[in-house]
Amino acid sequence: MCESQSNSCSVNSPRWIHIRHLLTRTSAMNPAFEPCSETLDFMLNHLKILVIGAGGLGCELLKDLTLSGFMNIDLIDMDTIDLSNLNRQFLFRQSDIGKPKAEVAAAFINQRVPGANVKPHFTKIQEKDDDFYRDFHIVVCGVDSILARRWINGMLLSLLEYDSDGKLDQSSVRILVDGGTEGFKGNVRVITPGMSACLECTLDLYPPQVNYPMCTIAHTPRQPEHCVEYIKMFLWEKEDPFGGLPIDGDNTQHIEWIFNSAQARAREYGIQGVTYRLTQGVIKRIIPAVASTNAVIAAACVNEVFKCATQCYTPMNNYMVFNDVNGVYSYTFAAERNSRCLVCSQQPRTLNFTTDAQLRQLIDHLQQDPTLQMKNPSLTTIIDGKTKTLYMTGIPSLEVATRPNLPKTLKELGLVDGHELICADVTSPTSLRFILHYTDNDMAE
Amino acid sequence: MPNEKEKKYDRQLRLWGNHGQQALEDSQICLLNATATGTEIMKNLVLPGIGGFTIVDNDVVSMQDVGNNFFLTEDFIGSTKAQAATKLLKELNPDVKGVAAEESLATLLEKDPEYLCKFSIVIACDVEEDTLLSLSNKLWEKNIPLMVCISYGAIGYMRLVFKEMCVVETHPDNYFEDFRLLNPFPELCEYLKTIDIDALDSKGHSHVPYLVLLHKYLEEWKEQNGGEPPKVYKEKKKFAAFLMSKRRKNDKGACLDEENFEEAYKSVNTALVDVAVPRDVKEILEHENCTNLNSDSKPFWVLCQALKRFVDEHQTLPLSGSLPDMFSDSASYIKLQNVYQNKAKQDMICLMDNVSKVYADLGCIYDNGRMSEAEIKRFCRNSRLLKVVRTKSLEVEYRQTAPSDDVTQSFHDNTSDILWYVALRAAQKFRKEQRRFPGIETLEGDLKPLKDCSEKLVGSWGVPQVQLAALDDRLHEICRYGGAELHAIASFLGGVAAQEAIKLLTHQYVPVVDALIYDGIKPSTTAFRV
Repeated sequence: MCESQSNSCSVNSPRWIHIRHLLTRTSAMNPAFEPCSETLDFMLNHLKILVIGAGGLGCELLKDLTLSGFMNIDLIDMDTIDLSNLNRQFLFRQSDIGKPKAEVAAAFINQRVPGANVKPHFTKIQEKDDDFYRDFHIVVCGVDSILARRWINGMLLSLLEYDSDGKLDQSSVRILVDGGTEGFKGNVRVITPGMSACLECTLDLYPPQVNYPMCTIAHTPRQPEHCVEYIKMFLWEKEDPFGGLPIDGDNTQHIEWIFNSAQARAREYGIQGVTYRLTQGVIKRIIPAVASTNAVIAAACVNEVFKCATQCYTPMNNYMVFNDVNGVYSYTFAAERNSRCLVCSQQPRTLNFTTDAQLRQLIDHLQQDPTLQMKNPSLTTIIDGKTKTLYMTGIPSLEVATRPNLPKTLKELGLVDGHELICADVTSPTSLRFILHYTDNDMAE
Repeated sequence: MPNEKEKKYDRQLRLWGNHGQQALEDSQICLLNATATGTEIMKNLVLPGIGGFTIVDNDVVSMQDVGNNFFLTEDFIGSTKAQAATKLLKELNPDVKGVAAEESLATLLEKDPEYLCKFSIVIACDVEEDTLLSLSNKLWEKNIPLMVCISYGAIGYMRLVFKEMCVVETHPDNYFEDFRLLNPFPELCEYLKTIDIDALDSKGHSHVPYLVLLHKYLEEWKEQNGGEPPKVYKEKKKFAAFLMSKRRKNDKGACLDEENFEEAYKSVNTALVDVAVPRDVKEILEHENCTNLNSDSKPFWVLCQALKRFVDEHQTLPLSGSLPDMFSDSASYIKLQNVYQNKAKQDMICLMDNVSKVYADLGCIYDNGRMSEAEIKRFCRNSRLLKVVRTKSLEVEYRQTAPSDDVTQSFHDNTSDILWYVALRAAQKFRKEQRRFPGIETLEGDLKPLKDCSEKLVGSWGVPQVQLAALDDRLHEICRYGGAELHAIASFLGGVAAQEAIKLLTHQYVPVVDALIYDGIKPSTTAFRV
């Protein structure tokens, strides 16, 4: 905070001259813009922004937001700082290794930018409740996990309120700006819950992670990656080199053991190319990353936040991709709302199965369908007025108790055509509704 | 086992390798003016570990700068921007050496006209037009790349100026595999003869690598089609069907689901492409830089002449040797891969031999000091993907009586980002005449003089006034900005420009030619030739 330099925090400080030009003058490129003298005050003192992630994108987001006039920021990140972060996560130093990212990042920005009020939360996003999220006008997401994105997307959608006529209450809409990067590629999207396409609407833009086929890993390895995967999937458990401990990608001894074992397997098959770097890359599923791409994507995100907050230009509609491998390429398009979206369409999705389909087939479908991509779904339903748990994954004792249901047919389990199924999964903060439809009689019609 | 530096840089080493990193660490960058854009570019170069940098900016830090520049803080108000920015940038990476120049650019150049010539790249942010042209000519003469970067309100502009950039490792997202299906080499033919597909049991049959299937059945097809491979789409479709008909069948006569055949089927269209020497590479080999060597020629061009001699002798480029993964048993895949890799090694030795001969013909001795075996290997593996790019000099850009087609066509497209280039050139003229940004005090007062500058500029290009309508809105917007530099825009451009600089230093990945506009309004980016 700036106590002694209160001048530098005021709306009239010369600091803000760059922004004031845009806020107080009309625009030829956007004639609809109405200059307003209160906007800057609102940005500096009242608007609350939530930043999720304090890593490659997060550090850039904090810098860009505070230097664009957004002073009141909450920051969530559950990670601690690692040496390999330092090539791009510029709010961290060698001496910060091991400390919580959110706390170190917030402290740095608050110290560097006068008036910045970044409040850190060293926690998982799932550990915060509705009331926490309700507090914010805009949420900016710079995470490296699709799961986290889906969760926050679901959370913001669950906060939408509708009046008695079914009309969306605009004040319950919290904009989500989401950025992602991978090497020299990145994307930015602006999501207006209840109005634009949500993240789940375009879930098939994030194809499921490709895994190597088991039989290749076990019997017909051809690439160095197959050799490393073999050690991870089979040999580690068999030889138990570290007394029952699971593989820890950050433990150099673990990686060394895997590396040596993978080299031995590679030699067996005449495969070249197993290196330490490759081994670590496979085990940790490392995605290459540089400062420049993170800078670009975070800046594009904050540019959109600025537009949303000031209305000086129309925010992006609604998805931009960026790639600077060959020259510089970017493309903006409007991702369309999915009228059957599991999360934002408010319509339960129909699941089509035959009466003799097994419950495990239904569960598999929930996991593998590219538009659903559930991780570990639990299913409950209501039969004769009573809640029945079909399959529960979260609690081990319940999982064991409900596992016998998996090979049973849907008919056996007492489900009828049109039955509603309630699904809980880590990908969503709220439960999702499905309607079961038996296809047995469809052909006859 | 990685050392501390390799651990720190791990995530970027996977993109440009240890040799790319070394090129960064050998570099010295000069930044002219510590604007928000400039310091953001530097941040993205210091973090990945350039060797060192110098900042030239004698202006004093003011409260206005604190508002949009992460590396100019209140504590430094009164000090020079060079001092402030250098100190705060150095903190990002202790491996990087940073120096704040004590004097203005004008003084430095007066004392030493060659001052800028000791740098690997010069980045000019907001340098006045005449000074820029003068230093640009010097750098052009010395073959030192210049980058001009500026953010104006919601608009960013980057211009790259270099005579020639030779890129060996372009890392394209998509490329055709080097299978040699249409011109298999003798060792490959020998190996294929040892495989009798029909004699294999069902397991063996379904595990034949698809590349072997393609080779074998292509031979059969050629025998049945007058020795010709399928060329047009219709023929390739027929060939694909022919291929699929070779699958084993079950008792009921239905084709089995053999995954290797599926892979072969999917690859027919792209695998049967024959580009012995791609056009880009042909042009490179025919360029005078390749054919007329001297003892000062860049190693790249020496390698090119060695490559040319190889092509003249073999009518093809060296085999790359790499194969994509294929559904197969281990032994069959490895054997096939070894055949390709051994041939690639052979070709590499031949190329290395040629390199020695080229140097001998030049009257010099080839030793490892000139280029390493690793470098020749990389060149060899990437010979199909070589790219040489050249930009226009700043001198030509500013003196020309007609701009590029890209710029000319923008006058017919109201939505073209390139119109911003015209508007920014006009603003630069305004600054030269009035010694300040347009619109810095008032919007309306400066609009007419700015439009006059614009008319003079496009007039010099022979563009009639009636086509200027699309430009007016942008000129108005430039006045609105009044020289404002928005941090988010500066940061976006900082990321883009830094990566271009890294491309120029590592000689990997293809850089933008010649310029780029970032329109933060839409948003969009447009690369174009000036």
